This record gives sequence, structure tokens and C-alpha cells, in this order.
Amino acid sequence: MVSPGLDLELSFSQALQGFGFSPEVARLLWLPLPMLLVLVAAVVGVLVSVWLERKISAAVQQRIGPEYAGALGVLQPLADGLKLLVKEDIIPARADSLLFTLGPVLVVVPVIISWLIIPFGQNLLISNVGVGIFLWISFSSIQPIGLLMSGYASNNKYSLLGGLRAAAQSISYEIPLALAVLAIVMMSNSLSTVDIVGQQTGAGILSWNIWRQPVGFLIFWICALAECERLPFDLPEAEEELVAGYQTEYAGMKFALFYLAGYINLVLSAVLVSVLYLGGWGFPIPVEWLAGWLNQPIDAPVVQVITGTVGIVMTVLKAYLLVFVAILLRWTTPRVRIDQLLDLGWKFLLPLSLVNLLVTAALKLAFPVAFGG
Amino acid sequence: MTIATTTELICFLVLSAVVVIGALGVVLLSNIVYSAFLLGGVFTAVAGLYLLLNASFVAMAQILVYVGAINVLILFAIMLVNKREDLKAIANLTTRRAVSAGVCAGLLALLVRVVVTTPWSLPGPPAVGEEATARIGEHLFTDYLLPFEVASVLLLMAMIGAIVLARRDVLATDVVTGEVADQGLIEKARTPLLMNRAE
Repeated sequence: MVSPGLDLELSFSQALQGFGFSPEVARLLWLPLPMLLVLVAAVVGVLVSVWLERKISAAVQQRIGPEYAGALGVLQPLADGLKLLVKEDIIPARADSLLFTLGPVLVVVPVIISWLIIPFGQNLLISNVGVGIFLWISFSSIQPIGLLMSGYASNNKYSLLGGLRAAAQSISYEIPLALAVLAIVMMSNSLSTVDIVGQQTGAGILSWNIWRQPVGFLIFWICALAECERLPFDLPEAEEELVAGYQTEYAGMKFALFYLAGYINLVLSAVLVSVLYLGGWGFPIPVEWLAGWLNQPIDAPVVQVITGTVGIVMTVLKAYLLVFVAILLRWTTPRVRIDQLLDLGWKFLLPLSLVNLLVTAALKLAFPVAFGG
Repeated sequence: MTIATTTELICFLVLSAVVVIGALGVVLLSNIVYSAFLLGGVFTAVAGLYLLLNASFVAMAQILVYVGAINVLILFAIMLVNKREDLKAIANLTTRRAVSAGVCAGLLALLVRVVVTTPWSLPGPPAVGEEATARIGEHLFTDYLLPFEVASVLLLMAMIGAIVLARRDVLATDVVTGEVADQGLIEKARTPLLMNRAE
């Protein structure tokens, strides 16, 4: 089992109690800190992905992309965000203004709440809730309601069609997604993301789930792209058919919220792929072995700080490698038709994920050593 | 009173208010779309109450099943048929409303009586908290196995029924009327609808 490692909450609480605060007040003061940190991390993650998207799309199309706002154009996403922030907030005259405002909020909030379960290290997450990955699956099912709401409230046929498409797509791909996650949960005997990563840290890169669940990995990745409405599956906003789908009537900050939700969801899905299949915060060679070779005790403060840092760096690195793949996919693949999309989801991915689940169960019974009996 | 219990009390009061007001809105609002969205809010608040009771798995299942599936389905149905037209006036609307209000008030009185007279403090083992997921699984596959399997067979039947109703084109006779089905649909059952518009 992994050593307890850094526990920032405990140190913070002890420091405050040294100043004479009660443990409860210390906990109350601690609670907002990780939330704020993760919120900032999510927004910065979005800015980085927007910049990557612009630069990589430019490279794919043999352009230069943004280059004047900051070095290599790194400030361009900030400029985009500022522009959207100060734009006039337009609500169409015949739209339902209450639902029109509530729609984007309902799309963003569940995605941000899901960051609750993202682990950057043994104790580096907001809350190690027992239901773990199940929380993400159930909260991502709220999003279609927000999309339906904004599609309906816009009072525009393209918006309504886009909203309906988005909801249909999201519902159909959620099932294979959940079944792929279920196979992982079956192997690690726990829903908690910390336990899922902990079960992959035994032998470094060799113990990652991708070797035991290659089919599940592909299913999960395809479904995650479909849930994020990224390009082979961006039918809800297919501009040739639906103008811009459910976001047609939106402007200013409300439009930016859809954008934000899309990119936060992309980064979140990438992090979750790395947590479920690529060993999460684990270094390809276990840090414990490295510390052993260097004759350092694993619970020395320096080693713990290094372990924590390596964990964060590995999580971010793996996630952004996957974001890079997603961006490349977006700028190289054509969009599928709606009947192809539904065929892929219901007639191919769903049976495949069921077979994957059954095979995993059989392997778990047959080889309990390798498949977490 | 400690901070934890105060927070719990505030959460409970807010969630209960959302449930009660939301449920009233679902019934009383004339715009059916608002009712459907409010229903989603009520389901979410009930999930919050489950969370307060330390039943996080049940809370998440509530959100996944009721908000994510049932409510979305209701919204789908409303949005696919909604024409935004006012309903025709019903005769004796006031009398009907008075009668239904009376029935509801009686039901409420009955429920209040049950709440007041029942001793709610259960003996039994303490709540298991995070271990509940494993415990639910154990129960489903041991003493509740039969109801679980019967429910799954029922769902399977409903699913097959829905498919039969939706795919009338592959059957020779109409399942509802018993007459011979549309020959054109049978002959072209394998060709996609999107491609043969020119014929």
C-alpha cells in the first residue's frame, strides 16, 4: 500500500490550532481553500486548452495562429475571455428570459462540481467521497437538462433542435461510458478515485489499467469525446445544419459559459482518462523504488514534497497529452452524421462495452491476482 | 450547538423549502415546461436530503435515474410535441379545482397524522455511511435477489415492447390493429430513410 504522504489539511489544522482556534473553526477556514484552488486550476486549464487549440489548429492548417498577445500568443485566450466579459448581454425579445439565463448556469455547475473527485495525489483532492467516480457519472447527466433548457428558452428552431440533439447524444453515450467505468470499478473493488489510482501504483507503468482494459480505454475515450461534443461528434452545434445549435441566440458572458463548460469538461475528461487508465498521479517508475535506490526514507519531508510535486506534474502532463490528442482529432476528422452517431453508440459501443464488462468479470474470477480479485 | 449541526440544520431547511415550494410549483403552474424543469429541481433537492442522511450512493443514484433519465425523458416528450398553444377552456373548472384541492387537503391531513403518530426513532444498527454501496450490493445479490431479477425481467419486457411499437415497419401485420402493414415500409425496411428521396 502507498504511504500516507502529504496531508496538507492536517498540517493547516494543526497550525491554526497552534494560534488557538478550535478544530471546527480550523476546518471551516480550510474548506474554501482547496475549492478555490481547484476552481482557479480549472479556469487556468481552460485558458491553456484554448491557447493549445488555437496554436495546434493553426499548425494543422499551416498558419501561425495568435502571436502578438504575449510571447507565442499565450495571452490570446485571456483577451478572448475579456472580450466576451464586456460584450453586451442580449436576451432575445421573444425568449424566456428566466430559463434563458438559467440554462448556461446548469451546464457549467455540474462540470465544476465534478472536480471534487479529481485526485492529484494520495491526499491532494477536495474530498475523497466514497461514491467517487459515480458522482461524476451522475452529475454529468444533469448537463442535458441545461442544454434542453437553453435550446427551448431561445425560442428558435435551430436552438431547440440543437438542444434535443445534444441531450440525445449525451444520453446515448453515457451508457457505454458508465459500463466502461464499471469494468474498472470491478477490478479495483472501489468507486473512489484515490483507490482506483492506488490499485495502479504497484509496478509503475506496467500496472496501469490501460494494459488490462485496452477496449475499455477506447470506449471511454470515444464516449468522453462525444460527451464533450468535440469534433467527430459535434452534431449539436453543426454549423452547416443548425447555425450553432443551442448557443445560436447567446452572446457575451452566457455564450462564454457554454464555451467554458465545454473546455472544463474536456480537461476533466482527460484527467479522468488518466486517473482510470493511465495511473493518475503515478510516475512510470514508482517513486518508492526511486527513493529506495537513492537510500532516502519514503516519509522524509523532502521526499514527500517531491512525491507530491511529481504527482501533480504527472496528472497534468497525462491530461494535457490527452487534450492534445483530442485537439488533433478535432482538426483532422470530419463530422459524423446523426444516424452514424446513434448507430455507433447503440449498435457498436453498447454491445462492445457489455462484452468488455463480462470478459473483465470472467478474468477477475479466473486470474484474481492480475485482475484485482 | 456546534458548527456542523448548524450547517446541517440550515441545509435541511433550505432543501425542504425547495422540495415543498418546487413540488407546489410542479402542480400549480400552468406552463408545463416550467413544471417539468421544477420537477428536476425537486428531484435534485431530494437527492440533497439523502446526502444529509449519509446515503451518498442513494443520492447519486437518485440524480442519475430521476434527474438524468426520467426528467430528461419527460422534457424530451414535452419539447417534441409542444406547440405553445393555450389549452381549451374546461367546463366547471372552479368546481374541479375545489374538488381536487379537497382531496389533496384530506391526503395531507392523513400524512400529517401518520407523521405525528409514528415513533420514528428506529432501533437497529447505526448508519454505515460510505460502506453503504457494498452493503446494497450484498443485499441485492442475496436476500433481495428475486425482486431484483423480477424487476429486470419487467424492464426487459418493457424495452422489447417499446421496440416492437417503434419498429412496426418490420412486422407483416400492425401489432395494434391487426391489419396488413404498409407494404412500402416492409419492402424498403433495409434502406435508410435519408437517401431515397428522389424516387
